[in-house]
Amino acid sequence: MITGELVDRVRTRHPDLVVARDEATVVVDRSELLDALRELRDDPELALDFLSSITATDWPGRDPRFWVSYELSSIEHRHRLRVKVGLSEEDPHAPTVTGLFPTADWYERETYDFYGIVFDGHPDLRRILLPDGWEGYPLRKTEELGGVDTRFKGAFMPPVDRRTT
Amino acid sequence: MSAETGPRVDQADLAAAGEVRQETMIINMGPQHPSTHGVLRLLLELDGEEVVSCQPIVGYLHTGIEKNCEYRTWQQGVTYVTRADYLSPFFNELAYCLAAERLLGIEAPLRARVIRVLVSELNRVASHLVWLATGGMELGAISMMLYGFREREMLLDVFEAITGLRMNHAYIRIGGVVMDLPPGAEQRIRDLVPMLRGRIKEYEDILAQNPIWVDRNRGIGYLEADEALAFGVTGPMLRAAGVARDVRRDEPYCDYETYEFDVVTGREGDCYARFEVRVEEMKQSLRIVEQCLDRLEPGPVMVEDPKVRWPGQLEVGPDGIGNSNRYIAHIMEGSMEALIHHFKMVTEGVSVPAGEVYQPVEGPRGELGMYVVSDGGHKPYRVKIRDPSFANLQAVPSMVAGGLVADVIAVVASVDPVMGGVDR
Amino acid sequence: MPVERLSGFQGGKTDTEAEEELKRGILLASLDKAVRWARKQSMWPVTFGLACCAIEMMAAGAGDYDLSRWGMELFRASPRQADLMIVAGRVAQKMAPVLRTVYDQMPEPKWVISMGVCASAGGMFTNYAIVQGVDTIVPVDIYVPGCPPKPEMLMYGILRLHEKVRTEGRFK
Repeated sequence: MITGELVDRVRTRHPDLVVARDEATVVVDRSELLDALRELRDDPELALDFLSSITATDWPGRDPRFWVSYELSSIEHRHRLRVKVGLSEEDPHAPTVTGLFPTADWYERETYDFYGIVFDGHPDLRRILLPDGWEGYPLRKTEELGGVDTRFKGAFMPPVDRRTT
Repeated sequence: MSAETGPRVDQADLAAAGEVRQETMIINMGPQHPSTHGVLRLLLELDGEEVVSCQPIVGYLHTGIEKNCEYRTWQQGVTYVTRADYLSPFFNELAYCLAAERLLGIEAPLRARVIRVLVSELNRVASHLVWLATGGMELGAISMMLYGFREREMLLDVFEAITGLRMNHAYIRIGGVVMDLPPGAEQRIRDLVPMLRGRIKEYEDILAQNPIWVDRNRGIGYLEADEALAFGVTGPMLRAAGVARDVRRDEPYCDYETYEFDVVTGREGDCYARFEVRVEEMKQSLRIVEQCLDRLEPGPVMVEDPKVRWPGQLEVGPDGIGNSNRYIAHIMEGSMEALIHHFKMVTEGVSVPAGEVYQPVEGPRGELGMYVVSDGGHKPYRVKIRDPSFANLQAVPSMVAGGLVADVIAVVASVDPVMGGVDR
Repeated sequence: MPVERLSGFQGGKTDTEAEEELKRGILLASLDKAVRWARKQSMWPVTFGLACCAIEMMAAGAGDYDLSRWGMELFRASPRQADLMIVAGRVAQKMAPVLRTVYDQMPEPKWVISMGVCASAGGMFTNYAIVQGVDTIVPVDIYVPGCPPKPEMLMYGILRLHEKVRTEGRFK
């Protein structure tokens, strides 16, 4: 995690910073996301130039409903920082960060696949893990776990005890 | 037929031929292909033998592990995550349990931490042996396949003796490990290490002195350091490009800072450098294993807190591993409170304070991270597995573009993706 | 002398014609046995590794367990050359059409072993992503339980399949 002065350094620009369990999390507004990530990446004392992962969490009934989190780390300084963006249910759009971190390509596709969060400006925002014709976003809390009685492209799987073949 | 009387080629034909030559061919490799390591699909655009572009398509093994974890208790989550990257089960369990332990604010006892390092490093060797076996097989070194699996069997026998299973162990649990090492296991591992060391040396010699192996790997699949970092590549692939990044040393967990080992790096960043790095890593892992064996002191392997520890006590009975008879007698006949506690722990499990953590560990393929979110309940709210292969595969297009189609096999083998981890 | 009906084999003939044929055809019955024996002796599995079970399947083919003792060491990369499909691992919804295609590409006669509990019934992965039993896509001859089954268990399943091929198979 980032410590001491560096925390203050980030906090002066992004006041919404929480340090808990040896991890620093900074919450930024969607409109500031790209600038914030660019600053954190290019600041030589922070040098958060490696994006480990992007993912989201879903909190139905709250606003913002979705939280997209970016796990940044620094190869040089060996510290980490998490950047989070809240997105409302009606407008689950975030700017793509593929221009800053090419690795975000697949992570954003995966987040889109699982949660239906649209990353504006992404070069190729398609489903990545699920089949192309899939309906719904399976990792949303409002989606069922599925398993039996799953419908996909006309195939119907009855529960185990009602299978005939 | 002389040149003069031969068929005349007019300019229009030549132009047409030029157009034909410019056409590229799309080849679909996978998802059912013997050398794509599982169900990876590569869409290759070829100009003759040359690869113009490549598009990896994943998801053919999407298992929904992350969703399943949200419907199970914290302890049960271990059994799900262990099946994600099936060649590194201990690392998945370790990352998940470390994340949960950080949320709980507890730390596993010393002996459990040493055992965790011990089994992880053995697992790293086993995983790299599978890479050596399958990678060798794909490039024509069939005997490597037989050798690699032979040594892996020996490691699996040890795992089976310790955990009861050859794969997907669910041995590392929140708060420690599920049961202590069986009698004789330490000696067995101690005997195994020098043997493995000799064998690894042997394989290194077999391959490094084999002109076919060298030709097919050297200068193939270059990945520069800055490019690798941009693609989020970690693990042996990144280290082969010269970046000494290793989570074990950079962000130590399980007391890795107290172990002596080298972070192996290469220079070239090609397939051969990855081969060298992985072989050297196996030797370093064996070094750590020996240090673990020296450190093993008797002690508890699970935290004492009854609100966290698994109540059952396992032991090896005549019919395999199961609850110990003494414990069953205790809860069924001895103590009503113990029975209630057991019931509560098994059905409801631990309750984890609300919060979120990201816990990376250094898996055989790179940074394996678990982003775990709790809402304070008895089930994880979100478990996100940051699998190294997922990011590493993104670098494949830039590594194969401009090369020959036959080298795609060598490149994919050197990435060593495990689709179970990529697709989860 | 009454002739025992050979179940299944009609050779495009009516029942009475087949009876007549059989009165003369001592050789046919033996040939049927011989063909079934030959099929059993050298089955060629198609490489269809999916997940964890695939690693155990490879281990079964490698030196320690050595499937070549039953003439099965030759995992064919092409389904056209195989007569056994070992579905080793969980079958994702995205993979299901591919699996069916590979099965359809295999020449008759063909058999399917469903290796592991995920392939057999979805296993622990009762969720949206996994096909709840590969028998909803292809007919399965032998189910091998386990998560993953040990190579010994797979070999037992294979031997049971051999038994099935030897006794129940039909000469087509």
